[in-house]
Amino acid sequence: MLWLLFFLVTAIHAELCQPGAENAFKVRLSIRTALGDKAYAWDTNEEYLFKAMVAFSMRKVPNREATEISHVLLCNVTQRVSFWFVVTDPSKNHTLPAVEVQSAIRMNKNRINNAFFLNDQTLEFLKIPSTLAPPMDPSVPIWIIIFGVIFCIIIVAIALLILSGIWQRRRKNKEPSEVDDAEDKCENMITIENGIPSDPLDMKGGHINDAFMTEDERLTPL
Amino acid sequence: MEKARPLWANSLQFVFACISYAVGLGNVWRFPYLCQMYGGGSFLVPYIIMLIVEGMPLLYLELAVGQRMRQGSIGAWRTISPYLSGVGVASVVVSFFLSMYYNVINAWAFWYLFHSFQDPLPWSVCPLNGNHTGYDEECEKASSTQYFWYRKTLNISPSLQENGGVQWEPALCLLLAWLVVYLCILRGTESTGKIEQLANPKAWINAATQIFFSLGLGFGSLIAFASYNEPSNNCQKHAIIVSLINSFTSIFASIVTFSIYGFKATFNYENCLKKVSLLLTNTFDLEDGFLTASNLEQVKGYLASAYPSKYSEMFPQIKNCSLESELDTAVQGTGLAFIVYTEAIKNMEVSQLWSVLYFFMLLMLGIGSMLGNTAAILTPLTDSKIISSHLPKEAISGLVCLVNCAIGMVFTMEAGNYWFDIFNDYAATLSLLLIVLVETIAVCYVYGLRRFESDLKAMTGRAVSWYWKVMWAGVSPLLIVSLFVFYLSDYILTGTLKYQAWDASQGQLVTKDYPAYALAVIGLLVASSTMCIPLAALGTFVQRRLKRGDADPVA
Repeated sequence: MLWLLFFLVTAIHAELCQPGAENAFKVRLSIRTALGDKAYAWDTNEEYLFKAMVAFSMRKVPNREATEISHVLLCNVTQRVSFWFVVTDPSKNHTLPAVEVQSAIRMNKNRINNAFFLNDQTLEFLKIPSTLAPPMDPSVPIWIIIFGVIFCIIIVAIALLILSGIWQRRRKNKEPSEVDDAEDKCENMITIENGIPSDPLDMKGGHINDAFMTEDERLTPL
Repeated sequence: MEKARPLWANSLQFVFACISYAVGLGNVWRFPYLCQMYGGGSFLVPYIIMLIVEGMPLLYLELAVGQRMRQGSIGAWRTISPYLSGVGVASVVVSFFLSMYYNVINAWAFWYLFHSFQDPLPWSVCPLNGNHTGYDEECEKASSTQYFWYRKTLNISPSLQENGGVQWEPALCLLLAWLVVYLCILRGTESTGKIEQLANPKAWINAATQIFFSLGLGFGSLIAFASYNEPSNNCQKHAIIVSLINSFTSIFASIVTFSIYGFKATFNYENCLKKVSLLLTNTFDLEDGFLTASNLEQVKGYLASAYPSKYSEMFPQIKNCSLESELDTAVQGTGLAFIVYTEAIKNMEVSQLWSVLYFFMLLMLGIGSMLGNTAAILTPLTDSKIISSHLPKEAISGLVCLVNCAIGMVFTMEAGNYWFDIFNDYAATLSLLLIVLVETIAVCYVYGLRRFESDLKAMTGRAVSWYWKVMWAGVSPLLIVSLFVFYLSDYILTGTLKYQAWDASQGQLVTKDYPAYALAVIGLLVASSTMCIPLAALGTFVQRRLKRGDADPVA
């Protein structure tokens, strides 16, 4: 009699947890990818931990605080490691609706990941998309800060150059007014004839030849 | 009588200015692409031959003209023959178009540079979608680097017609780029030199084109630079040095680029293998870590025979990973600089450092070339007495930068990248060929090759070797004519022009036809620079006729 009941219970359980069954979810773990040499073997103890984590997640849902580890059924464990699981109600005849299980797992995904040293990529609940962590967004984008710094430096440099240019020109304009304008200007200019620069006549270099009498002295005064 | 012309402090400064102008982005993103398309190392053969036959002689010619005439491009050609002042004007117009769109590249380089100071690099991860359950759709279909370029940097519209508004982020970067250029040209010659496109018969044509544009001939920049030289400067030596350094930089850049290609291809190949392994592992529930690169084919064969139905079901999803196909992706232009390179950088260790260094290098190259371009525009303006008597040099430079910056805002719109491509492909290509052809013919046949030779001998004290004379008078003009004919016939034969538009829904580029007004703009670009030459000649002719008409009744 007891054996019959046992077989009945296992049969019902087997029906509840099947690949593709209603309210069943497939889980996939990639332990070796995540941990490499430190990978642990997947055995029944790890399965027990998994059932405990799922039961823990369900207990956090209002109205489901009475979920026990025995209510979580696992089946079809493969080498991968992958398996299917369902969560039954206390009567063990019906499975809990998928929506509830989904939201419970999503809320506690981080705790479940940490229990197995895995992350969202290596511990996958198919059909339960995980909420991805958004990237850090500082209030002021970093690039504007750097842009602002470089912008200010360039503006200051331009202002300095323009001002120093104006000062230089003002100084140049003041000096020739003290000396004779025309002669200095001639000195600075290089005549361009036929596109070839030639040396200007040395205006200041002439000497007065005293032996040559000036016009006035030739005419004897009356 | 003229005021003393500012001079380079020493000839080294002049050489550096020329090198920084000639060595530009084309060396980095065009030459490696050409090498890859036309047989790798064997492309060097037509390239070096074209360098010796076309590049060096034309470079020497432009430097000699500038040094001899000691004026910017407009004045120099007017001195050679009054009918040819149009050549100088055409050069200035082309330089103007170039400076309009070229600085946008510097703006993009600044944008990427400022974004390199983050961890992780913003182009290495996809942003999340609305409800945080996965990644953004467009980013998934394309790649994160493509998404960052097309969506975050350009915010590109699906076609040329949809203009969108001016994006403030690239506009700010463009403003900064123009401020940097203004800062460098503010003090004129003294500050420019301080540091500081480019067997196939197609292979030969592309080699000739690459040498031509890489050296920056025809823009008037080299004439402008050389006009600030001492008359006795040995510009022959400098022409050879600049062209050799330019070519060595191209070859060096292609070595670097090929190693980057190799790194990226290997990384993507290994990623592809990992994805296929994961797919197989998940479908057949194999043991995790069982599939490796070495036993992949073996296991695939076993699975195909053991579970034929399941295998054929998922077979369409398996990609054939091949290192050769990864290496085959040849990209040029902005695609190479901002997508391929950033993809390689994001996978390196300490990627922020490499990113900062790389974009800093792009900026140096770009700004160096910009300085040459603006010198080509400014030198004729400051030479002209009408303008320089009314405005100081700083104001003229500021005005030029302001006008270019304002027009450049067009390229920061959503459709801006499409307009950028139009300018990049058509603003300079045909016009430059015509300009340099007219330059060579003008110097050799209008001014007279013998007269030019004796001028150079008087100026520098060295005789001009027979090699240069043969090249100037015969070989180079013939080469340019054949290039010109080839490109014209190519344009005519291809019919309507097409462009690549980014399709956000598919996550890839699609080909579209240019609308009518875009074709009109292209025609205008080419015409406005080339028509300067005949129009100016006509103008001078009419002017002389009128003057003679006035003089006759008196006589």
